[in-house]
Amino acid sequence: MNPDYILELTNITKEFPGVKALDNIQLKVRKGTVHALMGENGAGKSTLMKIIFGIYTPDRGTIKYKGEEVKLSGSKDALRLGISMIHQELTPVPEMTVAENLFLGREPTKSFGWIRKKKMVEDARKLFDSLKIDIDPNARMADLSIANMQMVEIAAAVSRNADLIIMDEPTSAITEREVERLFGMIASLKAKGVTIIYISHKMDEIFRICDEITVFRDGQFVGSKPAGELNPESLIQMMVGREIKQVFHKDEAPIGEVLLSVKNLTRKGKFRKVSFEVRSGEILGIAGLMGSGRTEVVESLFGIVPPDEGEIFVKNERAHIRSPQDAIRYKMGLLTEDRKATGAFLPLSVKDNMIVSSIDGYLNRAGLLKGRLVNDMCGAFVERLNIKTPSLNQQIGRLSGGNQQKVLLARWLLSNPDVLILDEPTRGIDVGAKAEIHKLMSRLAKTGKAIVMVSSELPEILGMSDRIVVMHEGEKKGELTRAEASQEKIMELVYR
Amino acid sequence: MNESTVVTEQKLGGRSGPFTLASLLSRYGMLLVLIALMILMSLLTPTFLTADNLLNIVRQMSVVGIVAIGVTFVIITTGIDLSSGSVIALVSVVVATLAHPGEYPLVLTILAGLGIGVLTGLINGTIIAKGKIAPFIVTLGMMTAARGAALLYTGGRPIGNLSDSFRFIGQGSLLGIPVPILIFLFVGVVSYLLLNKTKFGKYIYAIGGNEQAARIAGINVDKYKIMLYAYAGLLSSVAGIILTSRIASGQPTAGTMYELDAIAAAVIGGTSLAGGIGTIGGTIIGALIIGVMNNGLDLLNVSSYWQQILKGAIITTAVLIDSRKNRRK
Repeated sequence: MNPDYILELTNITKEFPGVKALDNIQLKVRKGTVHALMGENGAGKSTLMKIIFGIYTPDRGTIKYKGEEVKLSGSKDALRLGISMIHQELTPVPEMTVAENLFLGREPTKSFGWIRKKKMVEDARKLFDSLKIDIDPNARMADLSIANMQMVEIAAAVSRNADLIIMDEPTSAITEREVERLFGMIASLKAKGVTIIYISHKMDEIFRICDEITVFRDGQFVGSKPAGELNPESLIQMMVGREIKQVFHKDEAPIGEVLLSVKNLTRKGKFRKVSFEVRSGEILGIAGLMGSGRTEVVESLFGIVPPDEGEIFVKNERAHIRSPQDAIRYKMGLLTEDRKATGAFLPLSVKDNMIVSSIDGYLNRAGLLKGRLVNDMCGAFVERLNIKTPSLNQQIGRLSGGNQQKVLLARWLLSNPDVLILDEPTRGIDVGAKAEIHKLMSRLAKTGKAIVMVSSELPEILGMSDRIVVMHEGEKKGELTRAEASQEKIMELVYR
Repeated sequence: MNESTVVTEQKLGGRSGPFTLASLLSRYGMLLVLIALMILMSLLTPTFLTADNLLNIVRQMSVVGIVAIGVTFVIITTGIDLSSGSVIALVSVVVATLAHPGEYPLVLTILAGLGIGVLTGLINGTIIAKGKIAPFIVTLGMMTAARGAALLYTGGRPIGNLSDSFRFIGQGSLLGIPVPILIFLFVGVVSYLLLNKTKFGKYIYAIGGNEQAARIAGINVDKYKIMLYAYAGLLSSVAGIILTSRIASGQPTAGTMYELDAIAAAVIGGTSLAGGIGTIGGTIIGALIIGVMNNGLDLLNVSSYWQQILKGAIITTAVLIDSRKNRRK
């Protein structure tokens, strides 16, 4: 037991079906410090935070808070102990006032649950004055800027007498001036003895405000060091590690003509002047952190949200893509990032999920589906992609993530595109299916298709891509060939 | 299922195979309920299990059944159509004025009736798809407006004196089978083919299964939604024509609450309000369950007030079962 530490996590392990999100994690946070958590996407930071806040329970390991072992079963437990969390996506009730949000669930009441509104507003005002926050407690939450909502959340944490506040990427959606205000707030909280766990991708912020830095990689603990002993280069080293453990299936494919090129594509507030091209036989990787605009670029490319400016050329011909139908007409296909939200028709069968984008090919003259042909085509793809399903009529929702992903890939292969865009093609699927999808990508490139792959996993980007476009904060930061690319080079482009 | 659907080596270890009681119940549950209900009624009353009575049940349910089939299409896409009962009334008064003996040819009368149904459906669908307004609100508006139009058109009075040829639709028989049943069957078969064997049907399921994914898969969601509500409107007008012919008068109050019976039939038949799930067969079974219950309870002299309470309980139970089934996935 060490009275210096407010929070000690020992050997925390958490598994989800098919993935080990956290593997024997250690974390020791000193009282009254700002402690940074760093790591690439998927390193396990968010999972760990949810464990500290009581949303997940760890499979193994112990949590000591203020020197005593605690078991948290829900955020209520965490709040009671004095742990608060400022979420990445803020979760206030937009139609209620600031004061009402501030005291949500613990309103001062008279008998019969009658809320003492005046007292609530007064308390809010006093709290804001003590924190030097200038917000009207009677304002509607929805009318506040994101930065001000954040301030309200922090004030709520303070009013709960929080000793430990977790901030998950608090500066991702606020302006520079507001960042300064937030840092001022963090400094004064620290002076009051409050401990802060600070998650961010932004190097400069980390080195400005943090006392200690802990790095995770692929669900494992890499190390903890005082911020003074690190610099951006050595921190990147810690984050990316040295070797790539996985082996990727990548075949040499003859590179042909340009099938798709993008010039100065811009969508206001999302990305600016992005240009690249991809050739037949080539796999183009788009790397970048979450929120770098990679997904937004491919969405615009596919007409889901058309770009504000810029040009798209398909086989050197100007293409006007205003909807996914247009994109499909230009022989493009898009495997979306979020399989459940924008890919699969969960209540429908494997077969119906597969044929939807190529259905015109199976109709007879009367407009009726040729059942035999549909079964043959789908059956062939089930075999070719090694999809494990009891039958073509099985609901896709009952398959594993990897098999669902293969069914969706089959959907696009059935429509026979020239350019296939894959957004996080192997997210959340098991290692075996991952390898099979990589193999398939190689094979498709060999048959002359152009593949654009967005991925958060640097090893996957490096292992599969012929060329790599690096994006950060809505801009293309550079391009690397397969030969010159390395994890360090990509991270350097990101943080430059 | 033919041979080519059996693919790859199967590992069913632990999971329920195709013939367990649970899967049988979830698949044929409502059919079993219908059969049980019929056995129960034939034990309780001597008159239930006669050809005349059974034909009578189906004939009575054919109007609501046809509406329910249209509503099934709509609910599969997570929509709803509250306007069907009022559309029936509007169709009823218009066809009645065209069906006086010796005035207009029968074909024209029918086409006019169907046209009104399609038109109201197109209006519903266009506002829902292009205006991005909840189907509940849009069709609630149409329900009120169409009823008002029907009342306005007749000044609130019924219209009688219909030609024999028009009355044949609702009252006649072919080969001993009442014409409404034949139309019901025809609508059922066509709708089954539409829903299961055509692009239109597959797209309807896809839109209901995941609208955003449907857009990205290249489906013109707005267009298919408009077509869908037009089809539901068309079936409402078919029901309206049959009903007008059967009661031999155009009634501005015809079809009141039919939309709710139709929704009930679809839901009892397993159509999921969450979208993507529903079959024509299920809806027909749902309609027959309501029909058998009404008829059996009539034969047992149970008051119609009790019948309403029972029907309410059954609808709620059906939705409860549906939601539990979905949660277990």
